Amino acid sequence: MTVPTGVETNRTGVAALWHDPQARSIIYQAVALGLVILAGWYLFSNTLQNLEERNISTGFGFLDRSAGFSISESLVSYEASDTYGRAFLVGLLNTLQVALLGIILATILGTIVGILRLSTNWLVAKLASAYVEILRNIPVLLQLFVWYGVITITLPSPRQAFEPMPGVFLSNRGFMIPAPVDDPVHGYMGIALLLAILLSLALRAWARRRQNRTGLQFPVFPCSLAMILALPIIAWMVGGAPVVFELPILEGFNFQGGITLSPEFGALLLGLTTYTSAFIAEIVRGGILGVDHGQTEAAASLGLRRVRVLRFIVLPQALRLIVPPTTSQYLNLTKNSSLAVAIGYPDLVSVGNTTLNQTGQAIEAVTIFMTVYLSFSLAISVFMNWYNSRIALVER
Amino acid sequence: MTLKSFLAAGAFVAASAVAMPAIAGETLDAVRDRGELRCGVNTGLAGFSNPDSEGNWQGLDVDVCKAIAASILGDADAVSYTPLTAQQRFTALQSGEVDVLSRNTTWTLTRDTSLGLHFAPITFYDGQGFMVRKELGVESVHDLDGATICVQPGTTTELNLADFFRANEMDFEPVVIEDFEEVNAAYFAGRCDAYTTDSSGLASVRSTAPDPTAHMILPEIISKEPLGPAVRQGDDEFFNIVKWVVYALIEAEEYGVNSENLEEMRETSENPGIKRLLGAEPGMGEHLDLEEDWAYNAIEAVGNYGEIFERNVGPDTDLGLERGINGLWTDGGLMYAMPVR
Ligand SMILES: N[C@@H](CCC(=O)N[C@@H](CS)C(=O)NCC(=O)O)C(=O)O
Repeated sequence: MTVPTGVETNRTGVAALWHDPQARSIIYQAVALGLVILAGWYLFSNTLQNLEERNISTGFGFLDRSAGFSISESLVSYEASDTYGRAFLVGLLNTLQVALLGIILATILGTIVGILRLSTNWLVAKLASAYVEILRNIPVLLQLFVWYGVITITLPSPRQAFEPMPGVFLSNRGFMIPAPVDDPVHGYMGIALLLAILLSLALRAWARRRQNRTGLQFPVFPCSLAMILALPIIAWMVGGAPVVFELPILEGFNFQGGITLSPEFGALLLGLTTYTSAFIAEIVRGGILGVDHGQTEAAASLGLRRVRVLRFIVLPQALRLIVPPTTSQYLNLTKNSSLAVAIGYPDLVSVGNTTLNQTGQAIEAVTIFMTVYLSFSLAISVFMNWYNSRIALVER
Repeated sequence: MTLKSFLAAGAFVAASAVAMPAIAGETLDAVRDRGELRCGVNTGLAGFSNPDSEGNWQGLDVDVCKAIAASILGDADAVSYTPLTAQQRFTALQSGEVDVLSRNTTWTLTRDTSLGLHFAPITFYDGQGFMVRKELGVESVHDLDGATICVQPGTTTELNLADFFRANEMDFEPVVIEDFEEVNAAYFAGRCDAYTTDSSGLASVRSTAPDPTAHMILPEIISKEPLGPAVRQGDDEFFNIVKWVVYALIEAEEYGVNSENLEEMRETSENPGIKRLLGAEPGMGEHLDLEEDWAYNAIEAVGNYGEIFERNVGPDTDLGLERGINGLWTDGGLMYAMPVR
């Protein structure tokens, strides 16, 4: 056999490795990684050393200590004697609550406004554009202050609260509504609701199969809606139709009993929802406009009705354009919820800042903030990416 | 404000990661090089630290800053003020954004030990009180069961409030807002039944009310709030300076030295204590690594402690506070300077 001649073959050991492009790239990456780790380690150890020299406490041990401050609203039970860890949990759940509700409401509102902006009715279209332009161009922090001010300044004190309906009160302490008193029937109503949802899904699958087979259509949506509304009501009536409500009653300084929506929560939810909905409206409008007009015309010439054109031709294509930018709006809303501190809603950052200040453990608190927001953001992204790939056009 | 406190925390994190360890003496050198003292003050608490209509900072806490600057640099105006909320103040001091924190800050064990701070002598002995709208008909803190109460986060106020209601088995709903203006606005708008903070702060907030007579301060005081300036640990030289400037202001009042008779006293007084204080008898300045006229300059700029009190928070001001426990020990108060000798 001929021995291949050439410089390469003469190299051995390190030199050979160095001249192998693949090995070289691995070496580069290893060196880069090593440097990053080294820098990280330097920052970390230097931080610890500095904190120690300045006599500033470190570590997460404080999470087990009693917090000592009260929190105005909480989804889980919390008292001042509970730990800082639990206070963080309260803040986290409050953030989740406002973010989740905000995302749902902003999506609904944004979609409606986005479609209205395309309306052929001049007034409707202009009103929708005004909504978008005003809300989109004012900093959201200012909007929160405005909502909060409107709620606390214009609404009367609890003793002079508005009562638009019996048992429903509106005052500068919030929005109070009657709470249904616990009853076993509520459990059955929940089961009925679940059943209705499952039946609707089954109905949809059946209707689809039947349509594929026979071409016959079935009004799935009205039927599902009827079931979802009716089944719990039937369960409630079978259970003896209990109508015991705990009414909010003015007692001393404020209303006791019932369900309370605080001004802080209300202002934050309103502010985040309307602000984000303006962006979503633009995305929806852009998405719909992005679908080639020929598609609509083709669908119309097939004799499809307008609603069906929107539902089966335009929206599926528009969604591909809508979902990715909407994802980043969801992320924005979640992150903007940390502006809650400004108006006193006890979200994660608000509770965390207080903890930071009472314990002095800035680095730990900031680490918790970053971890939580990063996890939220990643979770939203993963979900939306999954959804996006599901609705992606399948080329046939 | 929010963003600012976040940035302050961030800056602190970054500073801790790269900063060199504190070396004794570095703060004094830095102040001298800069020609300016960086002082952390309140965002606007009448009587303590509040910019006047021309933007000049005024108040008891501000005068402490001025006295320190006068002692070190010979110029009471060589101060840059950083307004800080309760939440921002400690990180601002820890990260080196300010040299000294003179911002109605309560001296507590936790702050002293775990935040890396040293507290200089107390400049105002305070206690926490409550303010309510008169129309509520509340006479005592014990009538506040079930009330909604406005409070600022990151304060001892917030902790005392929870402790007090727990100990008395009463309920309350807190409304916790960081920004001072916003929390005051919330109270004045009726979002809260009561407002709680240090009673000096209550007097100040009440004086800014649309109608001060519509509000009353309840008689009970539920805590001890010794307020004093704080510095970073690890720089004993600077700590000593701040400590002794405060003592000098009090000692001056004890000796009857004030901003008017100061010069005359330095020339003519035969009292060895006064001579040491004002530098007619050298030595004290040298121990502090300052000029011998350090205390002289401080008193010349802001007066003795009594003058500072009267001018900023005393009976003739909007706050209208009596000396009370903030009087000299010789008058039955708590102000007692360690001997300058
Ligand atoms: N002395 C207390 C309370 C200090 C405090 O922050 N008080 C409030 C209410 S008077 C205040 O000064 N706010 C003004 C601001 O946030 O700028 C402490 O050190 O925690």
